[in-house]
Amino acid sequence: MREAGAVGLLLVLAGVSILLSARFGAVPLTSTEVLSVLTGGGSETHRFIVLELRLPRALLGILVGGGLALAGAVFQALLRNPLAEPYILGISGGAAAGAVLVLSLGLASAASWFLPGAAFAGALLAIALVFGVAVSADRRLDVRVLLLSGVVVGAFFSACIALILALAESEVVRSAVLWMMGSLAGATWQTVGIVAVYTIPSCLLLLTLARALNLMSIGEETASYLGTEVEGVKRLAYGVASLVAAAGVAFAGVIGFVGLVIPHGVRLVMGSDHRMLLPLSFLAGGAFLTLADLLARVVLAPTEIPIGVITAFVGVPFFLLLLRRSLRA
Amino acid sequence: MTFETRDLSVRYGPSGPWALEEVSMAVPPGEIYAVLGPNGSGKSTLMKALLGTVPVTRGEALVGGRSVGAWRRRELARSVGAVSQTESTAFPISVRKLVEMGRYPHLGALSPMTPEDHRAVDAALRRCRVLELADRLVDTLSGGEFQRVRIARALAQEPCALVLDEPTASLDIRHEMGILQLLRESARDGVTILLVTHHLNLAARFAHRALLLDGGRVAAQGPVREVFQPEVLEPVYQWPLSVGLDPITGSPTVTPLD
Repeated sequence: MREAGAVGLLLVLAGVSILLSARFGAVPLTSTEVLSVLTGGGSETHRFIVLELRLPRALLGILVGGGLALAGAVFQALLRNPLAEPYILGISGGAAAGAVLVLSLGLASAASWFLPGAAFAGALLAIALVFGVAVSADRRLDVRVLLLSGVVVGAFFSACIALILALAESEVVRSAVLWMMGSLAGATWQTVGIVAVYTIPSCLLLLTLARALNLMSIGEETASYLGTEVEGVKRLAYGVASLVAAAGVAFAGVIGFVGLVIPHGVRLVMGSDHRMLLPLSFLAGGAFLTLADLLARVVLAPTEIPIGVITAFVGVPFFLLLLRRSLRA
Repeated sequence: MTFETRDLSVRYGPSGPWALEEVSMAVPPGEIYAVLGPNGSGKSTLMKALLGTVPVTRGEALVGGRSVGAWRRRELARSVGAVSQTESTAFPISVRKLVEMGRYPHLGALSPMTPEDHRAVDAALRRCRVLELADRLVDTLSGGEFQRVRIARALAQEPCALVLDEPTASLDIRHEMGILQLLRESARDGVTILLVTHHLNLAARFAHRALLLDGGRVAAQGPVREVFQPEVLEPVYQWPLSVGLDPITGSPTVTPLD
């Protein structure tokens, strides 16, 4: 009952966040104007602003935020570590290296898919490197090695980024830094479609692993005694959750905090059963990122604040509040 | 359900020392079989090899007559319940949820618990006397309570064999005896029980037969009375021992001397 209520509440919240995103922005529109666009009317300009700029942006926020939060919950269970976050396998470093390379070569404006394509390729390269190292001689996936090689591969890509930026012009450095701080500004219906193709099936697949993740979070040995194919679950869950994070990072840059904090917030309120934790994290992460993006757009409009600033500014106090409440209970 | 090993050898890594060397043993259904030996003698390795979590280097480890590697984990978990020495939960979880995990091998990925599953969980909670703890969070339990909850989870699997590594290590006398009586009842119902323990007197009292390991090799195996002889135990434990018979229970008792 409580679970159904939470799902309902977060569904409504996600819906509201999309509507608010359509309503508010740098160009002031009235609710009536937005409503008439949504019902098929409105002027050409208004239609463009709402349907081509704001809605895809809101939906990209839902997909990326939801995907990051769900992937974060999965990593936390697999690593049995509350500090795990979705970029832990060096994904953010790989993606950023790809993106910075494209920016510094001046290719970003050549074709719209160059930047996300290079970021995605970088993220996949990082995942492949990390997995390649972590599969040990007896074909088992050693989680400690996975974690360590994730950190090391991430450090390597950071060095690549530093090298490229050191040689780049200041305008390139600025756009690279902005990209690395994350933004949903590049959202189009096409990017929404591509991210959806990666995120939605992956998240559904991860949902079917919810029970296995419950077992994994009490330890691999016990999980296998209780009937989990531990190696299979690990490979599938690490691979698929990393893919979700990679798709997000490719189109929205490195957005911190959502993947770390949202699963904890959900856990504090609803407990650690992954059958609820995963879907609720997706909804909460999606709504949270979309609302954060809205704030990023309107607070200092027409200047946009990097979305990572908002996720941290809003997320930190909210999380501390939840933490204190749970300690008192 | 039977456990059997034939010349089982296990080493960790291609050049590591042998943790087990040519161990052959067999446990028929309904027997309580104690695995004894000093620290590092290979007790836990034997248990893990039989449960398929440590790869067999040479020889065979058979469960129900089939090589353990040929079992799917889910299938194995429906037949064999295991309680390892330690475990810790990464996130807060209630006792009932932890015991419900014992039903995992009986459930599909998305299917909800059936009334039968709930009955099995309640029965297991009751048998281990932890029903009143069901709504507590696991990390608020005492060591002994947690141990009983973990045994309850293994019982919730409704297995026909149980493998337990030091199941009574942190239990007081009443709960220790409670668990061992429960194991004895299960054995009478035909459940095979492999009991890894340091607790010689408990093994002597409750096990039918025992295996004594020393440095990964079999030092002795057979009926408890045969294994529990000072000349068998002393060289393995490297301590002078006196072995007597308890005047009331009639079981061998081991007393370290000096």
